[in-house]
Amino acid sequence: MTTQQAPSRGRVAATLWRRPWLRGLLTLSPPLLWFLVIYFVSLVVMLITAFWSVNPLTNALQHTWSLDNFRQIFTGTYLSIIGRTILLAAVVTITDIVIAFPIAFYMARVAGPRARSILFTLSVLPLWASYLARVYAWIVILQKGGALSWTTQKLGLGPVDIGYTNIAMWIVFSYIWLPYMITPIFGALERIPDSYLEASSDLGARGRRTLRHVILPLALPGVAAGSIFTFSLTLGDFITPILIGGTGSSFIGNVIYSNIGVAGNLPFAAALSVVPIVIMIVYLVGARAVGAFEDVT
Amino acid sequence: MTRHSRVLGVLGAIALATSFTACGGSGSSSSGNSNGGGGGGGTSALKAPMQDAKLPSKIGAGEGKLNLIAWEGYAQPQWVKPFEKQSGCKVSAKYAGSSSEMVSLMKDGGGGQYDLVSASGDADLRLIYSGDVRPVNVKLLPQWKNLQPFLKSPDFNTIDGKHYGISYEFGPNVLLYNTKTFSKAPTSWSAIYDKKYSGKVTVPNNPIQIADAALYLSKSKPNLGIKDPYELNQKQFNAAVSLLKKQRPLIKKYWDLASQEINLFQSNATVVGAAWPYQTNTLRAAKVPVSDTIPKEGATGWADTWMLASKAPHPNCAYKWINWVSTPKVQAQQAIYFGETPANKLACPEMDKIAKGSCAQYHANEPASYFDSIKFWKTPLPQCGNGKNDCVPFAKWQNAWTQITG
Amino acid sequence: MNTTTRTGRILLRVWVALVLIFLFLPILIVIVYAFNKSNVQRWPIPGFSTKWFSVAWHDHAVRSSLILSVKAGLIATAIALVLGSLAAFGVHRFRFFGRETVSFLLVLPLALPGIITGIALNSAFHFAGIDLSLLTIVVGHATFCIVVVYNNVIARLRQTSGSMTEASMDLGARPWQTFRFVTLPTLSTALVSGGLLAFALSFDEVIVTTFTAGAQNTLPLWIFGALRLGQQLPEVNVVILFVLAVTIIPVAASSRLMSRGGIR
Repeated sequence: MTTQQAPSRGRVAATLWRRPWLRGLLTLSPPLLWFLVIYFVSLVVMLITAFWSVNPLTNALQHTWSLDNFRQIFTGTYLSIIGRTILLAAVVTITDIVIAFPIAFYMARVAGPRARSILFTLSVLPLWASYLARVYAWIVILQKGGALSWTTQKLGLGPVDIGYTNIAMWIVFSYIWLPYMITPIFGALERIPDSYLEASSDLGARGRRTLRHVILPLALPGVAAGSIFTFSLTLGDFITPILIGGTGSSFIGNVIYSNIGVAGNLPFAAALSVVPIVIMIVYLVGARAVGAFEDVT
Repeated sequence: MTRHSRVLGVLGAIALATSFTACGGSGSSSSGNSNGGGGGGGTSALKAPMQDAKLPSKIGAGEGKLNLIAWEGYAQPQWVKPFEKQSGCKVSAKYAGSSSEMVSLMKDGGGGQYDLVSASGDADLRLIYSGDVRPVNVKLLPQWKNLQPFLKSPDFNTIDGKHYGISYEFGPNVLLYNTKTFSKAPTSWSAIYDKKYSGKVTVPNNPIQIADAALYLSKSKPNLGIKDPYELNQKQFNAAVSLLKKQRPLIKKYWDLASQEINLFQSNATVVGAAWPYQTNTLRAAKVPVSDTIPKEGATGWADTWMLASKAPHPNCAYKWINWVSTPKVQAQQAIYFGETPANKLACPEMDKIAKGSCAQYHANEPASYFDSIKFWKTPLPQCGNGKNDCVPFAKWQNAWTQITG
Repeated sequence: MNTTTRTGRILLRVWVALVLIFLFLPILIVIVYAFNKSNVQRWPIPGFSTKWFSVAWHDHAVRSSLILSVKAGLIATAIALVLGSLAAFGVHRFRFFGRETVSFLLVLPLALPGIITGIALNSAFHFAGIDLSLLTIVVGHATFCIVVVYNNVIARLRQTSGSMTEASMDLGARPWQTFRFVTLPTLSTALVSGGLLAFALSFDEVIVTTFTAGAQNTLPLWIFGALRLGQQLPEVNVVILFVLAVTIIPVAASSRLMSRGGIR
């Protein structure tokens, strides 16, 4: 680059050009500072309190270090709550993959451009209708004497009451997060060049084989990216279990919430939070191995 | 809660953390034995941080806004709207479903956000001793002298002569039942522990329910020796927990929100349960065939006080609100709406004006003996009134409740 | 497309129709019950009435919570657009020690459950003595909005080649000019879609907001309070209907933008 005398504007530009590390620093420091100071420090401070306890009357923190909180988590009921949460999160994720894949496939590879745009709008629109309202609407459908029961009775199948059960939670969770699964799968499928599919059929593979050996592997990063959403959102949710769940529907999030939002026991809630944090980090590492972060949508 | 300096970096956080001295164990209050919840007599070891706060000498101009923390049903438009018009204070209410939630929201003196909280007895002491509420000047509250004598300075909201708010209303936790299933009102709480109604029972999702189980056991298993359902030694506590674990298969849902119990009864998913009279009234207004009763074992209950946050941003509006809701007319409206008993002696005729017979129905002018018959919510502490220190504290109640419902 | 047979296509169409019904059935219920005569959500609907529309219109709590949600959403999205793009540029353009880790860590606010972010921020504000207010709501929202914008922008950056920027510089443009005339146009659709998604997430967010809001209510917080009371359920439905009606247009427009630019 030229080093001749340049007007001051040019000098700043030239300095930045010659020192890429300076550019990098300037670019990255605002967001990184935000994350470090606001997000990570808060997380760390909260996790430190997991080793403390609270005064029973005033809820003031007592800085007495111990592992009592952690010991309590890995016992009986808490373990079963954790297990139930993970299981339902996994089932919801699989359900959403199964539901979303065909529609994403249709949108990406079969529909014409106009239909694709309309379908995409339609699959994203529900996100604007308030999570709370949509969950609450399911109560009308699933409760005793609700719309579902009314329909099954009209079909001669007798009344059905799945309100406030884990089945209801499964249905509602799968419903709520569905748009988050459709979008990344759609993105991944859309990016597959037509030439790949033509090559595959030129080499003699018929539809199903191409699907299994070409399309599915290429769609995997999108599936993994979507699964991060559905898994993590289900793992941490506490509102749907309150609104839709019955007995035996408590999630990790509910126990955290009742210990912090209600009982003011920050140390125990913080200790409980370690569980979903560890689970999600493991999940993220796995998703990265599968390529979820390569072309994230 | 002591305020710590700003936490800057990870290392700084750890360094600061390890430099803090332990806040010391809980030199907490004994739990006295007054039914009014909390019991203040034996709290000599504790000092209320705000007890020497300056009291205002008059109510100034309204600040235009008022932020309340209230039970569902405590901020209804029929008395909020006239208040807003008359005082110019726009009311915004955040609802809480349990005392613990209220205490949590009120931390840090209300965080400079909230002005008033309609706290029940078990929240009152916790709020007072953490310095989250400040005393009020009852000279500025003309209705105070009209309160029932046992509610003027009860030990759940008056410490050392300082009033941390004024008593509002009180009421029992009732047994709500479907009149089609029960041709006669159930006479015992055993109805919610009865296998006959398996899958059709509902109780609140609140650890304090253990006290309701203990109350039932105090009469059905007298050899356990339960005198105060909030002061349970380990043996009594285990008995209550085991009863609740046996109850769990009968429960359709542990309700978190009042509207959930209303929904459960109106869809006929449950036929019996523990409720606030608020649910009964709402259901009856929607023509659902229910009624409520206080069974022979008695009832737990709540005694509410409007307490002023230490860092209330709108204190004048707060005083205006307390005055407004203590007037006989509003006391009557609230009592009938929620199904509770007003603290103001003069509310009775107003109640009968709105709904004939409601004064007697909600025990509005009964003597202190009615009040004493309700086992009001109290924070379970290790210090039992009998001088021993082996009662189970609330943190263990919370833990046990998670084991029961989880 | 020759990857699907005719029956395959018909089956797919049926599936798409079923999924769309599944997606919109509860929304339909929300809309129908906005006209519920009674305030109890019973099935079948007891009767129809439009009285809740005027109730919602005159309710100052609805108006102030709606305005607060919009304010918080706009500010959080603005912050996210700036910081998210900077982060995307930084990670994409510069090779530095810990780059992999940084791009991994930047996903955490979305991947970790909201309740953890909520209580971490709540206790941090508490320790630092910061009162909860619009500022703290915005801070909470911006943290995950940044991630959304970052994801969108970096995906687009990976698709575009760096040779355009170099060519621009070779032709004598200053960095700012390059940014304005070369980089920004290619990113525009990614920024719009990222910004819209960020705004949508912030507008509907309830979990983190429960812990970062003071006495003020955003729209979701107001809705939750109304659900607790159970007295004004149709009013909630009216408000949702209103929000849906208002947002159909920008959402439809943005999805057309996206399908034109190839996804993001």
